[in-house]
Amino acid sequence: MAEKTNLQAIHDTLWAAMKEDERVLIMGEDVGAKGGVFRVTADFLEEFGEERVVDTPLAELAIVGVGIGMAANGLLPVCEIQFADFIHPAFDQIVSEAARIRYRSNNHWSCPMVIRAPYGGGIHGALYHSQSIEAFFAHVPGLKVLAPSTPYDTAGLLYSAIHDPDPVIFLEHKKLYRLVKGEVPDKLFKLPIGKGEIKREGRDLTIFAYGLMLHQALEAAERVAADGIEVEVLDPRSLTPLDEELLLDSVKKTSKLLIIYEDNEFGGYGAEIAAIVADKAFMDLDAPIKRVAGPMVPAMPYNGPQQDWFMPSVDDIEDAIRELADF
Amino acid sequence: MATPKSDVEHETLSADLSTDKLVEWYSRMELMRRFENHAERYYQEGKIAGYHHIYSGQEAVAMGIFAHLGPDDHIITAYRDHGPALARGIDPKPAMAELWGKATGTSQGKGGSMHLASRKLHFWGGYAIVAAHLSLATGIALAEQYKGHDTVTVCMFGDGSTNNGYFHEALNLAKVWDLPILFVCENNLYGMWTPVGDVSAVSDVYKKACGYEIPAKQIDGMNVLHVYDEVAEAIDHIRAGNGPYFIEALTYRYRGHGAGDIEAYRTKDEVAEYKEKDPLVQLASYLADERDVDRSKLETLAKEAEGEINAAVEFARESEEPALETIWDNIFAAPFEDRGSVSKGRS
Ligand SMILES: Cc1ncc(C[n+]2csc(CCOP(=O)(O)OP(=O)(O)O)c2C)c(N)n1
Ligand SMILES: [Mg+2]
Repeated sequence: MAEKTNLQAIHDTLWAAMKEDERVLIMGEDVGAKGGVFRVTADFLEEFGEERVVDTPLAELAIVGVGIGMAANGLLPVCEIQFADFIHPAFDQIVSEAARIRYRSNNHWSCPMVIRAPYGGGIHGALYHSQSIEAFFAHVPGLKVLAPSTPYDTAGLLYSAIHDPDPVIFLEHKKLYRLVKGEVPDKLFKLPIGKGEIKREGRDLTIFAYGLMLHQALEAAERVAADGIEVEVLDPRSLTPLDEELLLDSVKKTSKLLIIYEDNEFGGYGAEIAAIVADKAFMDLDAPIKRVAGPMVPAMPYNGPQQDWFMPSVDDIEDAIRELADF
Repeated sequence: MATPKSDVEHETLSADLSTDKLVEWYSRMELMRRFENHAERYYQEGKIAGYHHIYSGQEAVAMGIFAHLGPDDHIITAYRDHGPALARGIDPKPAMAELWGKATGTSQGKGGSMHLASRKLHFWGGYAIVAAHLSLATGIALAEQYKGHDTVTVCMFGDGSTNNGYFHEALNLAKVWDLPILFVCENNLYGMWTPVGDVSAVSDVYKKACGYEIPAKQIDGMNVLHVYDEVAEAIDHIRAGNGPYFIEALTYRYRGHGAGDIEAYRTKDEVAEYKEKDPLVQLASYLADERDVDRSKLETLAKEAEGEINAAVEFARESEEPALETIWDNIFAAPFEDRGSVSKGRS
């Protein structure tokens, strides 16, 4: 075990996975000589060479499209989209090709690729470097969408994603790259895709949160614990497939659900969570399902106070917890 | 689809321009350079946040091309937009205030460095999704053609854009529809940290336009007089209704791609080599040697530019933050009443 940041966990997992299996290769904008804008792939070029560390042109559609072709033809590409905000030109390739190739070809072809995408706000990235994209892709059958939030989960799920037989969108919260640290095993290991984890046990209400919001939820839970409010914090880790059992069990225990996500509220990923719980655990609920999410504003403004206001804060979460606990 | 336009035949060359005009250019270029010096400084001081991209070294391109334009012509560019914005005549005060995220900024602090714009000046702004604005430029020019306007739409972008689907779709359409567009590739040799030749099938980017039979040329983008002279023909071609033209301006950015770039991909010698050809120094020498302008006058102008930027910084510093509730402004034409059910009185 060693203490690592999320960023180191990704770096080391990719590194070891490439060492272990020649089919694994990485491609993206400035991933080679530069080692990526966030330095996730620092030193990969020297170690693995140009054939396996591919600096692409600025062309997201091509990065993903080429990745799909390579994956369908026997390789295990890990494609980096420099910022999740830039994934949209590749949307068609992901939705129309990657997600459907197995289904359409009656299992003759598949697409075992990983698309890594740094997402999320709070870093003064303004309109085009702050976005959350999970709702777009969680909507699409045939894709798996992972959003791990701790170094351990990140390492285990990335390795699983690389060897998963189907396309995986691997979301990495930018603000968490260096913010959190945690123990990570020295050897490659897999975590099951589709399994969440209770990150904090409690009996009064359940919070469902991932990414930066998970850590803020844990902080808010700590604050209210001083007043005897016991919050359970559920980290789904995998957005699709979803660990429905874990979610329903937790809600059955606490009878209250608070969903946090930084993406725009309406039609966001958390809306689906609310729908599932309303449908399958209605009789267990003691209060309305509540959400704290981003406002319905087209993009995160550049202005600092407006950005901060856009992001759900620890205070917002704390307020929502107290309100729901009092219900 | 093209409508024949008047047969304007004038070879406007810099040699015919008055010394006063060229001195104005010089002042403007000093303004552009000094704006960037201050932008960098206040970025380091934490007054400016996020991502910003310095135009220093590339001044001759925007200046030399925009000097051909009238108020009705249009300009759209990428995110390296501080210099082009000032070259078009955006006041440094609202430009600097935008970098500081203030209410007095060009978009009230919402856009920041990469999206400076002015509707009044037909400066459509900087665009941060690389190459996406080439499609917009095609539409802007198509609308101009449809309305029967004799205008030019200048679309600027970096070498990195030219490897992208948007680029090829835009060039194709511009030619198919004979649109009044001047495509300007500012080839500064790198897209982020990647040398052009590593990711582009041809390093001479103008050759890509040849595939679409768009007249194209590669020019020295470090000398503003040269830029002006070389582009004259392109502007005439477009104004005469002959369709698009493509300019590849070879230029150089003195600073890294953005803040925090350690520049391992290039040598100090290379940077020094381009600084030898500095566009401001070249213009100053021409004015002093060929136009008998006193060096001391140029120094005074530079000082005035510095003063103007200092005033812009003070303006930015003293300006208010935008009111929080303006976050809800301008989502739709009508005020947006349905603010969702989100908590914390987000109204
Ligand atoms: C669609 C998209 N992909 C990636 C990026 C990240 N990015 C911003 S600038 C840049 C390089 C662009 O280089 P170039 O076009 O040569 O412009 P320069 O910075 O040299 O002016 C990249 C990869 C982006 N903003 N948009
Ligand atoms: Mg460039």
